[in-house]
Amino acid sequence: MKDEGLNLIHILLLFSSLSLLSIGGGNTVIPEMQHKSVGAYGWLTDKQFADVFAISQAAPGPSVLLVTIIGYKAAGLLGALLATVAMILPAAALVFLVSRMWNRAADSPLRHAIERGFAPLTVGLVLASGYVMSHAADHDWRAYILTGVCTVICTATKTNPLFVVGGASLVGWLGWI
Amino acid sequence: MIPTSTTSSVPEPSLAELAWTFNHIALASFGGGLSAWSREVVVVEKKWMSDEEFLSALTMCRILPGANQINMAVFVGSKFRGMAGACAACFGLTFMPVVIVLAMSVAYFKFNDVPAMQNTLKGAAAGAVALTFSMAIKTGRKCLTGVIPALLLVATFVMNGVLHWPLFGVLAIVAPPALLWAWPKGARS
Repeated sequence: MKDEGLNLIHILLLFSSLSLLSIGGGNTVIPEMQHKSVGAYGWLTDKQFADVFAISQAAPGPSVLLVTIIGYKAAGLLGALLATVAMILPAAALVFLVSRMWNRAADSPLRHAIERGFAPLTVGLVLASGYVMSHAADHDWRAYILTGVCTVICTATKTNPLFVVGGASLVGWLGWI
Repeated sequence: MIPTSTTSSVPEPSLAELAWTFNHIALASFGGGLSAWSREVVVVEKKWMSDEEFLSALTMCRILPGANQINMAVFVGSKFRGMAGACAACFGLTFMPVVIVLAMSVAYFKFNDVPAMQNTLKGAAAGAVALTFSMAIKTGRKCLTGVIPALLLVATFVMNGVLHWPLFGVLAIVAPPALLWAWPKGARS
């Protein structure tokens, strides 16, 4: 019980600082998260960390919920909730302040320039993340064909994306890829 | 050129609708592709933002610390309903996923293995990647209005995706020419 209390303090300090350090997205602090939760605090083993990482990637919702699982392993349900709030709140508060300024600056030339100029950059980044995701998911040629077919369906037809992802899951479940 | 939608004719969503919508986005995104799902719902279905507004917000959400999609929920929520809206969208996005992730991790630590879902998840991941590519194609068609945006897009993709350069380095190179190109003519800073 005493351990659990100490773990809660560690959880709060670790994840609220990682929250503000996670510039570029939650995945950028994963090495540090692994270092601390496996090496420094011994909450999980290396293998467990790799497995819960896979779970958090596949589960619906933001993949940063990896911290929910780590918090759970370290200090039960309370740990899970604390880790989640600590990881979300500091960064979200900062984003909230920025979004307020952004909405007030509706007519400034800088906002117009960012909206128009950042569009091609963002499309490039989205393309890059699709490219990186397809490599990370250890795609073989069958998975690439599935991705290609689904891309054509999503782009050329008005099919509900849920059917496309559901259909792709079914193909995977049947063991065809 | 698409007009920026600072004057939207769509009625402002209630707190409950914000939470419900982001819950829907989160649950749809098994296997990944959360950005593509956000655009599908926020821009295409609900028309809460134009493509340009969504894309620029997305890049700002990537630059700022925090999970990109949580940041996006804060951005959309606060646009319509201030702090309460940001909290509602954030809660909607995370509540059910937290419950699901907890259930999965309880099962994992009990049985000491990833639940026998590997193949299904592989298929879902292929679908999610497809959704992401399709988003890039759909939004790309709209913003590729000339040679300069095309060059900016390709340069960003190659540096970040193929060469794995960090986000900040890439933006430090491509953001200045992008802003210069897009600066409204005749406007002063």
